[in-house]
Amino acid sequence: MFVELNNLLNTTPDRAEQGKLTLLCDAKTDGSFLVHHFLSFYLKANCKVCFVALIQSFSHYSIVGQKLGVSLTMARERGQLVFLEGLKSAVDVVFQAQKEPHPLQFLREANAGNLKPLFEFVREALKPIDSGEARWTYPVLLVDDLSVLLSLGMGAVAVLDFIHYCRATVCWELKGNMVVLVHDSGDAEDEENDILLNGLSHQSHLILRAEGLATGFCRDVHGQLRILWRRPSQPTVHRDQSFTYQYKIQDKSVSFFAKGMSPAVL
Amino acid sequence: MTPSEGARAGTGRELEMLDSLLALGGLVLLRDSVEWEGRSLLKALVKKSALCGEQVHILGCEVSEEEFREGFDSDINNRLVYHDFFRDPLNWSKTEEAFPGGPLGALRAMCKRTDPVPVTIALDSPSWLLLRLPCTTLCQALHAVSHQDSCPGDSSSVGKVTVLGLLHEELHGPGPVGALSSLAQTEVTLGGTMGQALAHILCRRPRQRPTDQTQWFSILPDFSLDLQEGPSVESQPYSDPHIPPVDPTTHLTFNLHLSKKEREARDSLILPFQFSSEKQQALLRPRPGQATSHIFYEPDAYDDLDQEDPDDDLDI
Repeated sequence: MFVELNNLLNTTPDRAEQGKLTLLCDAKTDGSFLVHHFLSFYLKANCKVCFVALIQSFSHYSIVGQKLGVSLTMARERGQLVFLEGLKSAVDVVFQAQKEPHPLQFLREANAGNLKPLFEFVREALKPIDSGEARWTYPVLLVDDLSVLLSLGMGAVAVLDFIHYCRATVCWELKGNMVVLVHDSGDAEDEENDILLNGLSHQSHLILRAEGLATGFCRDVHGQLRILWRRPSQPTVHRDQSFTYQYKIQDKSVSFFAKGMSPAVL
Repeated sequence: MTPSEGARAGTGRELEMLDSLLALGGLVLLRDSVEWEGRSLLKALVKKSALCGEQVHILGCEVSEEEFREGFDSDINNRLVYHDFFRDPLNWSKTEEAFPGGPLGALRAMCKRTDPVPVTIALDSPSWLLLRLPCTTLCQALHAVSHQDSCPGDSSSVGKVTVLGLLHEELHGPGPVGALSSLAQTEVTLGGTMGQALAHILCRRPRQRPTDQTQWFSILPDFSLDLQEGPSVESQPYSDPHIPPVDPTTHLTFNLHLSKKEREARDSLILPFQFSSEKQQALLRPRPGQATSHIFYEPDAYDDLDQEDPDDDLDI
């Protein structure tokens, strides 16, 4: 996890809020560093994490996780991390006969209406074990990313329904957190992506938006991050506050600074 | 003092805004966006209706019941009837706990009531329904519910109906938004600037012109309304009284201003291609050097020297 980002969000692994949906979106840049941040954050917070990884392989997240101080392999072995590797399981759906519905069942069906099998996979992965001893603090669902579901043929409303049910189960029933990533292509023609992004924005408590600089690529400033608090729980925090910071991604950390205050410029 | 009288004893201006929104009845459409959320205003209106003694039904699709009831005291919470469509709106758990027919069925069932008590229905939200149902179906249901008290027949026994709907503008195209907007008796569009929220209120009274007003406001933690004057002028970041404005016309290497004599000389100058009477006289007057100028012509061997004037036969 990136300590500077924790400071900006005013949170630490041992006193994070529960029952919240965080929306990550990126426009003209790669926002996956935020996914790695939250993955390592919640593993360090001793949460049970269900990671629906549709974009990269397990080893990719594992290598980055090691730089950030968490071992995904060990977390998976001790049962803290449930990892759905979309790239591998997609092949299983097509080439192997499945008895029960596979989480990515919609890839087989010509007119897949909904993502109910995927939701049931998530619910099964995060349901509390009745062993009496609570090993983990609270459940967390991470999805990287939702835009690829649109590319795979699901409608925006079907993806919104999936997130709705995940919110009802993970955030409300189990008092856990959710972090999802959606790409903002900026393309005025992609209505489905706009509906998905706006629909999720209205449901989120916190929106982190990574944008490329308007002036183009820069070696010392990789982009800017907009933080929008939509539904703060404390009444003293002013509603709908928005902050913008610029950032530079380094090997093992990300440094944040106010606009125009990059160390390279000062 | 009954609770409804206590509500009316609040600040006069606060009552004006919430009262004017609830006065007409019918459909009150709250249009919000990602930057300016409208659920707080919806909850403020729900609280107001509850305090006025009306029956309040909530059809909740987007947030859980706990989250909606958060911030209300127990007095108000006891008056709210909550229909939960958040937990299992599409019946994926196959238990049929939810109201059969979903939120639309519940909305249509409200048409069949016969109470004389005025009722307020808070629909959270029509956007959720509009994404999953055809626009015409939703519009017909909303029209039927919000115009119950105006249909002939046993209209005297049915109390006033107010439907509050929270619409997320960015999710829909102009067609569906326009259709819902035309059904609404009162429409509130939320916006704002510099951290201050602003409401554009459009009221359509029957047989009168629609009225339009804007109001700056903020919602307090207990969901009462605080009306404001708008962002204060001193808080604008661009004017700093301690730094005098720099005059760019000082220390120039060229002259930007004309003296009076220079201005007169400029005004009396004749432009070269402007034809005036002086110019005409100057052209017609024989010039002193004209008599001394000659043209010497040396004809070539190929020249055809014809003394006749080729224009002679034109007969002009």
